[in-house]
Amino acid sequence: MKRYSAFAIAREAASYHEGWEKAWASPEPKARYDVIVVGAGGHGLATAYYLGKNHGVRNVAVIEKGWLGGGNTGRNTTIIRSNYLQDPSAAIFEKARSLYDGLSQDLNYNVMFSPRGCLMLAQSEHEARGWKRTAAANVLQGIDTEYVDAKRVKEIVPIINIDGPRYPVLGALWQKRGGTARHDAVAWGYARACSAMGIDIIQQCEVTAVRQKAGKVTGIETTKGAIGCGKLAIVVAGHSGVLAEMAGFRLPIESVALQALVSEPIKPVIDTVVMANTVHGYMSQSDKGELVIGGGADGFNNYTQRGSFQHVEDTIRALIETFPIISRLKMLRQWGGIVDMTGDRSPILSKTPLGNCFINCGWGTGGFKAIPGSGWAMAELVAKGEPGPLAAEFGLDRFGAGRFVDESVAAGVAH
Amino acid sequence: MLVLTCPCCGAAAEETELAPGGEAHIARVGPGADAEAFEAYLFHRKNPKGVHFERWRHAHGCGKWFHAARNTVTLEVYGTYPAQTSEPPRQLLDKIAARVPGFAWEGRA
Repeated sequence: MKRYSAFAIAREAASYHEGWEKAWASPEPKARYDVIVVGAGGHGLATAYYLGKNHGVRNVAVIEKGWLGGGNTGRNTTIIRSNYLQDPSAAIFEKARSLYDGLSQDLNYNVMFSPRGCLMLAQSEHEARGWKRTAAANVLQGIDTEYVDAKRVKEIVPIINIDGPRYPVLGALWQKRGGTARHDAVAWGYARACSAMGIDIIQQCEVTAVRQKAGKVTGIETTKGAIGCGKLAIVVAGHSGVLAEMAGFRLPIESVALQALVSEPIKPVIDTVVMANTVHGYMSQSDKGELVIGGGADGFNNYTQRGSFQHVEDTIRALIETFPIISRLKMLRQWGGIVDMTGDRSPILSKTPLGNCFINCGWGTGGFKAIPGSGWAMAELVAKGEPGPLAAEFGLDRFGAGRFVDESVAAGVAH
Repeated sequence: MLVLTCPCCGAAAEETELAPGGEAHIARVGPGADAEAFEAYLFHRKNPKGVHFERWRHAHGCGKWFHAARNTVTLEVYGTYPAQTSEPPRQLLDKIAARVPGFAWEGRA
């Protein structure tokens, strides 16, 4: 794999840019791999990458039913932050955020990580108290956040309306080192780096069955034939329940639709990420100038990647009250993704009832920000067969034991 | 927009009138059940890609709970029925079986 650099651009310019090689190979599947990762989204590709990089496990295939990064990795609002209340969440999301810091250099692929800051508004006394508590917890966790007052919020985001009639802004939790990244580039960058290590990425290949013998996984059947494996890592987000059923166990997960939308492109008006959880909308501006907008998830099971119109309306209503300046903007595109929600709104990185089969799921509405940390922790789990410190608290057994990582209470909303 | 006919008051209720209540027909574990059964009752869900039986509440209407049979892939609604039952009505199951090849009621979770 040729390195990307300024010199490479000059070199390739000499041959009219016709010499660029494909970013990753598209091989036919081999008969057997040491590890098969199902799902070539960010989490699956990151798992494969850190298996190769950190643990030297390179006889790996990443199997994808559609195209690489075409699920939730390409459908989210690209927010990156780690201002969580609970210690296990803070640890894995901060690991992810810190890996994002140097990811472009590590992958030799520009993921356009932009630590522009993330502001989570407090619009009720309850919420203000909650964010102050989170800021205090973050001090103990070594995560750089602070609680700021309404005046400071207005300085950071001049277009915000802090005197809204119903929910005036009282303050905010401010994480300067949060931000956004180019979501497709994260998937593409990991894919290219995986391919360079000799890891096979096999797209348009749907898993149809999981083979097992004596309580252990032996391989999978796919639309491109049977493939044997020593270990299996299921990293398929919204379709986790479908894969789990093939493997013979049930998950504490329900799949629902979450939507996002973008406006027509305009001149720069906002250079941070703003999240308004009480009224339920969040917004940032892409480099192209589009306002990237997200809101709440539907409450009922859904596999269609289409959500309810009422949530678009609710989200827009909330954001127009928060940012009156955007009221005349037209919306360009709207789409949905299928998110896998657990009872405590925290992920699952775990061994499963099936031997040598591991699962990484349950990231719900907030998986993009976790991709590098999730892959790092999952690779350790798969390579060693036991969870490391980052994954230890996210086992499937926590539900039976009542040992939740209860971010649904801490955040008050989907996160 | 999702429209469900409330079997209690008869109103064709739009989604904004309704509150979703999750999977239906989950059998509560009895006294003496082991921890695994209790865990499954509390947390494990079928989450099917296809026919789903679920609970709804006509929250901004008559306020009653009821059940609906819906498809999570096509968003087709097969029908609604009162909550005072432990199984979907036979007529509804036959209707679904005629529409969805391979469908069979698996019994309560």
